[in-house]
Amino acid sequence: MHEKTLAGLSQALHSKAISSVELTEHYLKRIEQFDGALNSYITVTPELALEQARVADARLAAGDAGPLTGIPLAHKDLFCTQGIRTSCGSKMLDNFIAPYESTVTARLLAAGTVTLGKTNMDEFAMGSSNESSYYGAVRNPWNTEHVPGGSSGGSAAAVAARLCAAATGTDTGGSIRQPAGYTALTGLKPTYGRISRWGMIAYASSLDQAGPMARTAEDCALLLQAMAGFDERDSTSVDEPVPDYSAELNQPLSGLRIGLPKEYFASGLDTATADAIAAAVKQFQTLGAEIKDISLPNAELAIPAYYIIAPAEASSNLSRFDGVRFGYRCENPADLTDLYKRSRAEGFGDEVKRRIMVGAYALSAGYYDAYYLQAQKVRRLIKNDFMAAYEQVDVILCPTSPTPAFRIGEKIDDPVSLYLTDIYTITANLAGVPGIALPAGFAGDLPIGMQLLGPYFSEARLLNVAHQYQQHTDWHTRAPAGI
Amino acid sequence: MALDRSDVEQIAHLARIALHGDDITATTDKLAGIMGLIDQLQAVDTSGVEPLAHPLETTQRLRTDAVTEINQRDALQAIAPATEQGLYLVPRVIE
Repeated sequence: MHEKTLAGLSQALHSKAISSVELTEHYLKRIEQFDGALNSYITVTPELALEQARVADARLAAGDAGPLTGIPLAHKDLFCTQGIRTSCGSKMLDNFIAPYESTVTARLLAAGTVTLGKTNMDEFAMGSSNESSYYGAVRNPWNTEHVPGGSSGGSAAAVAARLCAAATGTDTGGSIRQPAGYTALTGLKPTYGRISRWGMIAYASSLDQAGPMARTAEDCALLLQAMAGFDERDSTSVDEPVPDYSAELNQPLSGLRIGLPKEYFASGLDTATADAIAAAVKQFQTLGAEIKDISLPNAELAIPAYYIIAPAEASSNLSRFDGVRFGYRCENPADLTDLYKRSRAEGFGDEVKRRIMVGAYALSAGYYDAYYLQAQKVRRLIKNDFMAAYEQVDVILCPTSPTPAFRIGEKIDDPVSLYLTDIYTITANLAGVPGIALPAGFAGDLPIGMQLLGPYFSEARLLNVAHQYQQHTDWHTRAPAGI
Repeated sequence: MALDRSDVEQIAHLARIALHGDDITATTDKLAGIMGLIDQLQAVDTSGVEPLAHPLETTQRLRTDAVTEINQRDALQAIAPATEQGLYLVPRVIE
């Protein structure tokens, strides 16, 4: 059962070949059996899941069901899920039972999905390896000595290990696309503002976006359909009509112009990754696409710009965690200042504290212009690069990461070396453009991912291009051994 | 921008994060590394470039000034560390 894609499971549910209760029980058993070694879930919700599955089965029987009815999903643990612990992978929120439902999870529940549980993540979404979680590192199902990527590492590992049909993730600097690339999944970061951030615990408000993580582009299209749309409660939500994402999946690619940014294919790119992308380029050409060399001249400024903007916004967003209204509170605070300082020092992990401090510094008097304002100007240059590129091409193709997944522990002592692995994903967050990651090959047992980036609100086109690639290749059908 | 110990102490205070002794040294080293990465931006000529705060440059939406939320104080305070009569309790502030 777990080998079927979400689309396949949907068909099986609608044809009554399986029930949602059976499917849910099947995933719950697999989680018990395999997740000890992977640590992809922080909280599993078996009673809730079975209750939701029974309701879904009733709707399916009554003919009152949509494509997602009865499908068991896992949610990254920064979506507020009412009545369920929502920890953000942090000691700070280990005791936080969300008092309300996020828009993303509410929409997926309304579509009839089943909640298997909340997935592990880098603490407060700050990380690229899922090694910074209070609940321990997540392991890559393809090779458990390696990271699954981050910050949506738990969602990636759970989907790749077939411990759910699909999962939600979030992407602020690549946190959907990079783990998707490391685990042979298809993951989409939509245009900024496409999906509501209401109830999504904030890291960097001008960069954060939720998105689906699944095994195929077709599956992502089904999830995006339910997740996307204007939400009054999110002041950055864009009132742009939601197209039928599945309708264009089968458009032929003849005449599609694909750009290869020369800055992304310079030295330092791992040979296996370069070869996989080159093979993908040939595949796209046989499908009728035209390949053009383009330039994103300011691409290398993206990492320093991001590591000013994101920490600055995080320092503001995480100031709400003060031990007063919810979350961790230190014992025996001597006074109010001690309450704040020790609750935060004890509740937050090292990477989170580092980023808050970098952000506080970048925004402080005397440094704001040199750092934050300068970074925002560089952000404009990066956006301009994309706008210019899209006058010449329809989509941009590049790797998701410079190498396949690295080993657990390899980069955790050197924050900067970990930051540098974000080189291919970060530009899309700064510019706000959508991007989809999909499997392009393997280096031994480790997946290699590639990315397609598009203009604003081109999600349907990106899903179409990815789907056509997946109709002619089989990387996305492979499964990790022994699971 | 070279960061020294007193800078880090000041930053930790601004961020309301307790930082002591050996931690200050370790933190200073790691932060200095990060600032080294970030300082690359200083060399970029951005004269005449407008800052970009929001990718799509949308403006803040306004709405009618009408009450739309309901009182959920009890539910929201159920998860608070310490409350009394609808107020959040903290250590004494005013002597």
